[in-house]
Amino acid sequence: MKKSSLTAERRRKTILSVVLGVICVIYVLPVLTVVLNSFKLNTFVKTDTFALPAGEMWAGFSNFIKGMTFGNYPFWKSVLYSIVITLLSTALILFCTSMAAWYITRVNSKFCKTLYYLCVFSMVVPFQMVMFTLSKTADSLKLNTPWTIPIVYLGFGAGLAIFMFAGFVKSIPLEIEEAAAIDGCGPVRTFFSVVLPMLKPTMISVGILEIMWVWNDYLLPVLVLDINEYRTIPIHIQYLKGSYGTVDLGATMALILLSIIPVIAFYLSCQKHIIKGVAAGAVKG
Amino acid sequence: MTNQADVDTWQDYCLDLKDAAITKELNTDAYELFAADGKLASIGYCYECYGIIVNPDLLETAGYSVDEIKGFDTLKQVAEDIHARAGELGFDAFTSSDMDSSSNWRFTGHLVNAAYFYESRDDGGWPVCPPSIKGTYMDNYKALYDLCINNSTVAPTELANGGHDAQNEFKSGKAVFYVNGSWEYEAIKDSVPNATMIPYYCGVAGEEKAGLNCGTGSYWSINAKASEADQQATMDFMVWCVTDPEASRMLVDTFGVMPYTQSAESTNGFLAAADRYTTDGCYNMEWVTNYQPNVDEYRAGVVSAMNQYNADQSDANWELVRTAYVEGWAIQYQAVNG
Amino acid sequence: MKKKLAKGNTLQASIRRWGLLFLGPVVAAFVIGFVWPFVQGIYLSFCQFKLVSDATFIGFNNYIKAFQDVTFTHAFWYTALFAITSLIIINVLAFAVAYALTQSIKGSNLFRTVFFMPNLIGGIVLGYIWSMIFDGILGRMNTSILLESRYGFWGLIILMCWQQIGYMMIIYIAGLQAVPEDMIEAARIDGATKVQTLFRVTIPNVMPSITICMFLSLTNGFKLFDQNLALTAGQPFIIQPDGSTIKTTEMLALNIYNTFYTANSSSQGVAQAKAVIFFILVAGLGLAQLGYTRKKEVQQ
Repeated sequence: MKKSSLTAERRRKTILSVVLGVICVIYVLPVLTVVLNSFKLNTFVKTDTFALPAGEMWAGFSNFIKGMTFGNYPFWKSVLYSIVITLLSTALILFCTSMAAWYITRVNSKFCKTLYYLCVFSMVVPFQMVMFTLSKTADSLKLNTPWTIPIVYLGFGAGLAIFMFAGFVKSIPLEIEEAAAIDGCGPVRTFFSVVLPMLKPTMISVGILEIMWVWNDYLLPVLVLDINEYRTIPIHIQYLKGSYGTVDLGATMALILLSIIPVIAFYLSCQKHIIKGVAAGAVKG
Repeated sequence: MTNQADVDTWQDYCLDLKDAAITKELNTDAYELFAADGKLASIGYCYECYGIIVNPDLLETAGYSVDEIKGFDTLKQVAEDIHARAGELGFDAFTSSDMDSSSNWRFTGHLVNAAYFYESRDDGGWPVCPPSIKGTYMDNYKALYDLCINNSTVAPTELANGGHDAQNEFKSGKAVFYVNGSWEYEAIKDSVPNATMIPYYCGVAGEEKAGLNCGTGSYWSINAKASEADQQATMDFMVWCVTDPEASRMLVDTFGVMPYTQSAESTNGFLAAADRYTTDGCYNMEWVTNYQPNVDEYRAGVVSAMNQYNADQSDANWELVRTAYVEGWAIQYQAVNG
Repeated sequence: MKKKLAKGNTLQASIRRWGLLFLGPVVAAFVIGFVWPFVQGIYLSFCQFKLVSDATFIGFNNYIKAFQDVTFTHAFWYTALFAITSLIIINVLAFAVAYALTQSIKGSNLFRTVFFMPNLIGGIVLGYIWSMIFDGILGRMNTSILLESRYGFWGLIILMCWQQIGYMMIIYIAGLQAVPEDMIEAARIDGATKVQTLFRVTIPNVMPSITICMFLSLTNGFKLFDQNLALTAGQPFIIQPDGSTIKTTEMLALNIYNTFYTANSSSQGVAQAKAVIFFILVAGLGLAQLGYTRKKEVQQ
């Protein structure tokens, strides 16, 4: 009796594994289709979307070569700007908001409380609410280049970061900092040599959330940046479709593939942190 | 500057170019834009043309010649015959007419100019964007458009998402006719060296005298609020651009053709065709299409209606297209001008 | 206790002196990137303006116009329908997958990795990937996602499922793993079937995760923009007899964007009013969620 129920249980689990395996395959199909079509000649992308790029459809790497200059904008430039903007913004956000969150939690004055609640409030404000005025403000303050747009990201993204850092700082016992103070550390040294190392796990979570946000963001950079000069990868891809002249679907797919490879590589290399970070952000709001 | 609307916006900043050195170099007055107070605010520095690009060699293979096509009836007869024999000939009449944003402007912007142009001519020409249009020649547009999509390499039901490559179809000799403009010449000339261009024949009386659609979206202006020295320097530079043989050669090769007496000859076969029509006394079909109000929204509505029409060519669906063009004009004019 | 407080205060006082260093950059950026645009946005929603610098106050006119705008009300109902449909489908599927993955089956780590992956791909790119796929399928049936609004609707649902199921799954897995093992064991000993255990023991215990996921998918649905723009951009339109159009698959965020940037400049006041209405809607949902989580934290 018990033995048979055990085999039944085992069989049930095998079936479940197989079913999930099939769903898994279906799940990667879209990405696989992109890979297939990036090696296919343009004219066949539409007619033979799901066929292997074999025989006369095979385009080799010509789509990738064509994609480099496709859409009247060099692809490498948009990659470069995407990297610059993402790294600068994330670094700036991590650095500034961790300091601010510590200060807010420790000082806890009226101003700090107000600032904290404003940050929480900003988390629920959709971008559309401020997009028009924000892009005008950013424009007039010359924040419309890849080197200065991180300030805009810091401003609009401060809320979530401060919220998450503050949540963690609250859990750090005061005694550690007091001990540092007794040892003669000023607040600045206390923060950088005592508090900051302890913030590392939250740093990673916040950092991953910000990287994912900034890297994939379309609307903020398209409104703030001068897009004739500076395009990020999402902007570049959106403008491929809208540009005058023939759209080369093969080349578009090649660029899409190139733009998701780093994301997937990043994901596979630090999957654990990413899932933890993203889940932490979700639970907090 | 790209159009009258730009001039309206920036007219306070435009220096009056009347009798200016550069204006004297112009060989036509077709490309001049005036501000509300009557001053010459802006002048064109190049022009382009659009129409139906033809591969004469293929046409000959099918047993016709470009000279035979002198109106809509002959165009229709030739196109339908080629389409019927496409299997046997190995090529079709028209290239694909994709409705995605990379291609739909050839029909929602250019081809429809035929309808706008004749209506504006009936009105004695439109000096400014009219608040509404009547759509008198929409049936002619329909006739020509139907010809394009129903005698083509690609079935009309497949056009909505795009993804076809009309230029490539033309270059590889898969079709005889290709609706586009003079800027395509560079890309085409090596594959189809004899390519030429014919007007939008759509069944309007007297259209055997029609020429190509010539116009420009490229104008020069001088900032009236800049210093006098800068203004003079700009003027000198502009004159040098259109008179110096080497400079104008370079610019003409880039822009196609420049409407200045001393500028270099055009090497663009389509602009040469435009020139031939003008010399033969044909009328230029001006770019009335440039008046399309709130153009992106206007065309987005038109595209949606045309997608429905392409999927099912019923009268009810054409009525949607007509509405999007005609009533849509008034709506968008209202939206822009309050 | 008292002593500790005093010590805390000296620490506080010494930190306070460095306020400018610690808070300065964030406060400045926050004012530029959020506070000022927000306040100005509220103000401009009551104004008629072409240039921000010369706006005239016109009271609630923009709001009246926004509510009278059929494209806006259409976008609202369309968005609501989309948000609720996607909420149900995404959560049911995500829960099912999470439940299956917590049954200690072979390969669950690999499955989790794969299911979560689409989450990292940006909305614009996702839109074009699926646009190609739907075109490949519907093209065979001689139609297109741009031709029928129901294709656009379900296409976007499929896209969102692909993107979001993995995300919700992670939250559900965390919730499911927190259900005490002995409770399930006790239910089994009492003779409860698997299904009974699932509905009577497991689901009540993961209610917090369910609530969070529902709020998340609801707000995600309401705020959707990139995917909407890249997949259909509002096509197909209904052409009304007067020549105006209703974009059948246009959602709220895209409607606001279009009112700002593709209509004329005098409708920017109306667009800003729409944005404020949109903000109240989304913020209402967000604050409800925050309040709920807060309450739960207090209870624990």
